[in-house]
Amino acid sequence: MHIATSPAFKDNAHKALGDAGLQKALARSGPSFIARRAAAVAHLPEFERLRETARDIKNHAIANLDFYLEAYEAKVLAAGGKVHWCSTADDARDAVLAICKAAGAKTVTKGKSMIGEEIAINDHLEQHGITPVETDLGEYIIQLRHELPSHIIAPAFHLNMEDWEEAFRESHTDLPADRQFHERRDILTEARTKLRAKFLAADVGITGANFLIAETGSSVIVTNEGNGDLTQTLPRVHIVLASIEKCVPTLEDATSLLRVLARSATGQDFSVYTTFSTGARRPGDLDGPEEYHVVLIDNGRSAMIGTEFQEMLRCIRCAACMNHCPVYGAVGGHAYGWVYPGPMGSVLTPGLIGVDKAGHLPNASTFCGKCESVCPVKIPLPKLMRHWREREFERHLTPAAARTNLGLWAFVARRPSLYRLATRAAAFGLGAFGRRRGRFNSLPFAGGWTKGRDLPAPEGDTFFARYAREQRAGRV
Amino acid sequence: MLTAIRRGLRRGPLPQDQAAMLDGRLAGHPRHLIPARSQLPHPQQVDLFVRNVEKEFGTVDRVPDMDAVPGAVADYLATQNLPGSLVMAPHPELQAIPWSARPLLDIREGRAQATDAVSVQHGFAGIAETGTLMLPSAPERPVTLNLLADTEIVVLRASAIVGAYEEAWDRLRAEIGAMPRNVMLVTGPSRSADIEQTLELGAHGPRRLHVVLVEDAGG
Repeated sequence: MHIATSPAFKDNAHKALGDAGLQKALARSGPSFIARRAAAVAHLPEFERLRETARDIKNHAIANLDFYLEAYEAKVLAAGGKVHWCSTADDARDAVLAICKAAGAKTVTKGKSMIGEEIAINDHLEQHGITPVETDLGEYIIQLRHELPSHIIAPAFHLNMEDWEEAFRESHTDLPADRQFHERRDILTEARTKLRAKFLAADVGITGANFLIAETGSSVIVTNEGNGDLTQTLPRVHIVLASIEKCVPTLEDATSLLRVLARSATGQDFSVYTTFSTGARRPGDLDGPEEYHVVLIDNGRSAMIGTEFQEMLRCIRCAACMNHCPVYGAVGGHAYGWVYPGPMGSVLTPGLIGVDKAGHLPNASTFCGKCESVCPVKIPLPKLMRHWREREFERHLTPAAARTNLGLWAFVARRPSLYRLATRAAAFGLGAFGRRRGRFNSLPFAGGWTKGRDLPAPEGDTFFARYAREQRAGRV
Repeated sequence: MLTAIRRGLRRGPLPQDQAAMLDGRLAGHPRHLIPARSQLPHPQQVDLFVRNVEKEFGTVDRVPDMDAVPGAVADYLATQNLPGSLVMAPHPELQAIPWSARPLLDIREGRAQATDAVSVQHGFAGIAETGTLMLPSAPERPVTLNLLADTEIVVLRASAIVGAYEEAWDRLRAEIGAMPRNVMLVTGPSRSADIEQTLELGAHGPRRLHVVLVEDAGG
């Protein structure tokens, strides 16, 4: 497993704010994702109703997940494939390695897979003498730079043109050193040539899955580059890595989810390649893999069923939540310290690596609610982050000062007359001191808070007092 | 794993009547909400398909019948400065085309190799909703034709164009039956936005996608 730096979120975020390259990338790319999604949604009048449909399909699938997974496995077997049930990341790593070893694999090409990152399959293969090659362009440079993706659909979100050029010059030393990179196309062309040779040489291809379909036993991948298709078509063995919650009943169910997926993710009406793979090469086929394996991974999902976090299993990994998140937009993906960044990561990561390690993440939220409002399967992400905060508090993981202050606040808040007295005094006091400037840029005991922002000065009165006055005047 | 899931769901295996209901849902595969945009008379669906292919950076050439396909292919290759040698799907409909009308076209039948510059594929269906081609694998429709060549040409009958994806699935179930090993839904040529989140065409798949649309639908 990757060593999570989530416990150091505060330091990570601090560094990210001072990282000029990252800030340049965030300023460029954040707004474009938001605009593209908005345009795609505006062109589909049914979009809001489709979100409800998508939510209902995933709820139905999860409520009957045991049934659909068994139905799915039966179909995979009938199509000449095999399903490997893996409860943990270790089980999954071993299953993949065993298949690769049996195939005598030396190199493995890979399509983009977040569950692959989650189980750190590349490290495991490398430790056993097998070379994994990422083929998604973004994943490819991440691998060259020995990084984790900073975004779930745009792994190289944090990089700029000069980073690409540097990594390509360092890694492709067989090419002329004086070659020029005038534009993005030059990078793309070099990567295409380099990777074409890898596609043709690979013994095994590993892809993820956006969906598994119980009706047909199919795995579905969605890409724009075509790398996933080359990965699953050319090598002799195809391995699908999929977590259990990817399973949906029928082609129609998957289709309805696909209608909201690309629009929410990249703002495309549909991705370039949406491919349904079902089993191994059939008699008479001229191409396609001879072996088809599905490594079906739980790794903490089943433990979320029946808890307040079950709704998170609806997630279809579109990244709309992080694209619209002010916190992600300020610090980028690496600050979150593990595989899944942004609001979906703030809910998922504590569930997968423990709230003791990832407790900062659900706290790193302004609760603006934007993530929930754009989620294509309507996951109440802020509510779920609040649940993690409660769990953190229950387990006494919240820092002592925060606990004391919360306790103090609760004592006052539960005594209405005391609360009114205290807030009236505060509003009066702060109002009197701050009237001239209208805001405070530092306050005693709140230095941490005012370091990053100003506190607007109260206007001398409380909400309760004003409400009572308006009521008396008959205005409310 | 199933036990853990059921523990979360607070039940054992589904009772028989409920399992039968879900089996019925799988067999009946009910449709959900279908956007109105593609629910049009057929000629307008064809037009919508063409518009959407072009919107996604593909190109379309509408020809009156199968006999016109060799000329359309040869002319397209000439305008793109591409060589006249191509690898073609061994599909009976493509084999029946009078290719000898254009003797300069050098045609090999089979799967694509990495060295092939141009492929000709048989289009099973076109989906107007997003300008998407449905290309199911079969001995006569190899998958590599959709991936390895720089330029992919798809010969598609206008009568094979439907409105929504769901209509294409039903056509697949009716005409092919069991799910083919591979079904690609292709919308335009390959692309990537991984460099600075800016779209560039021509990633790992074809750089060009050209549809030769055969107007066999009448009208």
